[in-house]
This record gives sequence, structure tokens and C-alpha cells, in this order.
Amino acid sequence: MRKKIVTCKLLRRIRVTISAVILILSMGILTACSQAPESATIIAGSTSVQPYAEILAEEYMALNPEAVIDIQGGGSSAGITATQTHSANIGMSSRALKDDEKNLWNVEIAKDGLVLIVNPRNPIQNLTSDQIRDIYAATITDWSQLGGTKSKINIIAREEGSGTRSAFTELIMGEEEITPKAIVQDSNGAVRQLVADDPNAIGFISLGLVTDEVKALHLDSIEATRENIMNGSYRLSRQFLFVTDGEPIGLDKKFIDFTLSSEGQRLLINEGLIPSEEGAEK
Amino acid sequence: MKSFKEKLSERVFLLIALSTLSVLALITVFIFIKGIPIIAKVGIINFVFGMKWAPSQGAYGIFPMIVGSVSVTIGAAIVGVPIAICCSIFLAEYAPAKLRNIFRPAIQLLAAIPSVVYGFWGVLFVVPMIRNYLGGPGLSILAGSIILGIMILPTIISITEVSLLALPRHYKDGALALGLTQWQTIHSLLLPAAKSGIVAAVILGLGRAIGETMAVIMVLGNAVALPESVLDPVRTLTTNIGIEMGYASGEHQQALFATGIVLFVIIMILNATAQYITRKR
Repeated sequence: MRKKIVTCKLLRRIRVTISAVILILSMGILTACSQAPESATIIAGSTSVQPYAEILAEEYMALNPEAVIDIQGGGSSAGITATQTHSANIGMSSRALKDDEKNLWNVEIAKDGLVLIVNPRNPIQNLTSDQIRDIYAATITDWSQLGGTKSKINIIAREEGSGTRSAFTELIMGEEEITPKAIVQDSNGAVRQLVADDPNAIGFISLGLVTDEVKALHLDSIEATRENIMNGSYRLSRQFLFVTDGEPIGLDKKFIDFTLSSEGQRLLINEGLIPSEEGAEK
Repeated sequence: MKSFKEKLSERVFLLIALSTLSVLALITVFIFIKGIPIIAKVGIINFVFGMKWAPSQGAYGIFPMIVGSVSVTIGAAIVGVPIAICCSIFLAEYAPAKLRNIFRPAIQLLAAIPSVVYGFWGVLFVVPMIRNYLGGPGLSILAGSIILGIMILPTIISITEVSLLALPRHYKDGALALGLTQWQTIHSLLLPAAKSGIVAAVILGLGRAIGETMAVIMVLGNAVALPESVLDPVRTLTTNIGIEMGYASGEHQQALFATGIVLFVIIMILNATAQYITRKR
């Protein structure tokens, strides 16, 4: 009997305590909501664009100390969704907009080249688009089929959802699929590191991130250079976009204008990107 | 009559204890709410036994990753369990106190190394060794098994050692008095007597292996295909979440949470088995 009373008491105490917790939590949420900054621009999206947007924002805030620009990652799709739902003012995308996203206002802030890379010990210098597609579809599996030494090709791809992967799929693979046997790494840096270590590996990364540790392949006998991407002869490039819901206004517009100005474009060029056509017109 | 202070402190501690429970409840509820819709849409059989994972085309099958998780975990057991059990027998039965005092903290230190450091070591040391001496890309089930085999050592060693030391003193004294050698005593008396503790230790170790993420992302290669040999790259359930969460949205994100549900169920089963075995004793 005594035990039962104690249990009842304990139960009541737990109930009271739980209500207290809920009360405290809801108060916390209320305060957090009321403290949201009023005049900040939130930019969210592609992690490929993010580092460049951060450089732009840093420079812009140095020139305009009253401006507050907050940059978040999340990926192209997440950034576009955030723009549509107004949880971000500007979305960053490293892939082209899909049909149901075309109603968003968008501008190309820069172009980025994609480069196929192999180990410096690999004798191959050049591959055609068809050969690359066959490698990634696993119909060509040995370097000897391409005129290299006899050894199995270790294919390295990026993860599903990555803007780099979707640009590669769109520009090279067409209807074919990247083989599921491909090794998957989740950043440009990880792909580069693997290729630098493995003489039989092939991977694709951003042009701006190529270093001496790896060899950049020519594509259809055309070298991946800024000039060749700008004149369109090197075809493996993608756009970096800023998107907004409707014409940008206020701080959003000022920041986008800054990005497209010669000053903003120079910052991006210094980081290895290719200036956008719209920026060049100004 | 309890003083006000006493009551207050009791309440405060109760509140804090409840907060840990509520975090567990929140996470569980959240994972299930986020993940259930996609399982319902794809169908649980298609989700768990589907061979193709291509979220951009709406294909959500995680069977290759279940195979990946299981094969790497078995590999880790093959690498780690014999070493761990021998080590704990040595510590509990043979080692002089001086040596034990060096070994124990060293093994605890093994548990304190962050998993990303294990992964980094794996990429720079284990993976190139495999690539150079055994062939293949190096990123493989074998590399993951070696890294995880080492990572589960502290868990298995400490629990096994504790269950060996917990055996009544007279077991050993009696056996030795009857003229059994030390190895005979360990082999035919102590190990069978501590069996449930050892099995629980192994299961908890495997639970740690199957839940490990960071280190295996770095050394497994993450390919979503059924492996044909231990030198092939695989993806585990945890790495699937870890590697794709950055870009996932919508259904893709739900599918990652659903992967989490499957993982959650597997780990719950493992832990419940370990609890059941230890209780039965």
C-alpha cells in the first residue's frame, strides 16, 4: 500500500515536471523568434558556390559596415527551396533550374569549369566525351583499352544530389548512368586526394581546385582553360546562379549588383572562376 | 518532514534526468516522422531489399548498404574479437599489476581517439598498403574492417575483463587446487563461466562498429553496389546518411531518415540481445 502511494506521488511529480519543461521550452522558442534580425540578407544553397559567396559577402560588408549578410550551405536544391519558402532571401545554385523552378528570378554570377583528373603517373593526356561516358558507365574498365598501361580503372564520382555530379551527368552521361560500382567521395578535395594517391584512378573536380598533385585531362583535345571555357570550345562547364523570388530589392539587389560589378567579378576570377557574361557586359 | 531545500533539489535532479530521456524520445520521434512517409510510398520490401539507390531518379533501395554494413561489421569482428578476448584474458589472469596499470589506461586511450583520426590514419596508411600489396582501389571492406576492428577493441576488452574478474574467486582456487594448469583453468572453467559477459561484450562492440560513420566514410569508398570481394568498395547505412545529407532535400532527405530508421532498428535489436544475454545470467 505504502509503495503504491509513493509511486502515485512520483508519477504526479513527473507530470508536473514535464509541464514545466514544456513551458520553459515554449518560452525559449518565443524569445528566439522575437530576436530574429530585421534587416539581414540570408543567402543559402550550393556548397560549391558557398566559399565564393562568403568572399563576396566579406568584401561587401567591409565596404558597407551597416549591411548584414548571412551565408549558409545546404546544397543547391535546399537553397532554391529556401528561396521559394522565403526562409532565405537569395538562393545559390550550381545546377541549372528545373522546369518548376523557372519562375524564380535568376542571374548567372560566374561559370565554373569541370575537369577530369588522373594521377600524374598515368600516361593518358586526352579523352573524348564518349570515352569518358563509357568509363563512367563501366563499359570501358581497363586503361589498356584507352592506350594506357594494363590495369583496372578506379572510377571516382561525387555523391547523389551534388551539383558537381548533376552537372557531370547532364553534360557527359546523357541517358547513361554512372555505374553504382564507382567510388563515391563527398567533396572536391577528397576526390583530388584519392586521384593524387592512386595511379589507376579518374575523377572530376572544379577547375579552380586543380593542383600539381593531379593531371587535368584534355577533353576532345581541348585544354580546360578559362579562355576555352569563355569561348565555348571546352564544353564541360556549369553556371553558378543566384536566385530570388521576384525581382531583388533593397540589400538583396545591392549585393547582387556588387557581385556582378567589375570589382565583384574580379574577386571571383582571383578564386579561379570564369566571369559571367552578364557581369562582363557591365 | 523534508525541508524545502531537499524537495527542491530532488525536483531539479528529476528534471535533469527527464531531460536526457526526452532528448532520446525527441530524436526517435523525429527520425520516424521524417522517414516513415518515404517507406510508406516506396513500400518496405522495396526499400529494404531494393538493389538500386538513385535518388535523382526516384530509386530508393538500400539492400547493398545493408550488405555493406553487415560485411564490414563481420570483418571488424574477425579482426577485433580474437585480439580483444586474448588481451582481456591476459589482463585478467596473467598480467602482473604493474603491467596491467600500463595496459588499462593505454586501452582506454584507444577509445578516446576521435574516429576522424582513425579514418585519416586509414586513408594515409591502411588504404595505400592494401592498394599496393593486394590490388584494387584500396578503399575497401578490408580497410574498413581493419579500422573498425581496432576501434571496437576498448569496448570488448573492458567488458570482457570485467566479466572475467567478476567470477567468484573460489572457481579459480578450486580448479588450481585440483591440479589444473592455469591455461586449463581459463580454457575449461573461466571462459565458459564468463560466456554471457563475453558475448554481450562482443555484441556491444559490433553495435559500435555498425554505428560508426566518420572513419568508414573515409576508407570504405562508398560505392552503392554489392561487393564481390573484400577488396571492393561498399557503402554502409551510416555512410549513406553521412555522405548525402549535405545536398539532400525532399524525398531524398526522407529516404536518408528512413535509412536511419533501419539502422535504429538494427542497433536496438543488437543492444536488446546484449541486455537479454547479460540479464539471463
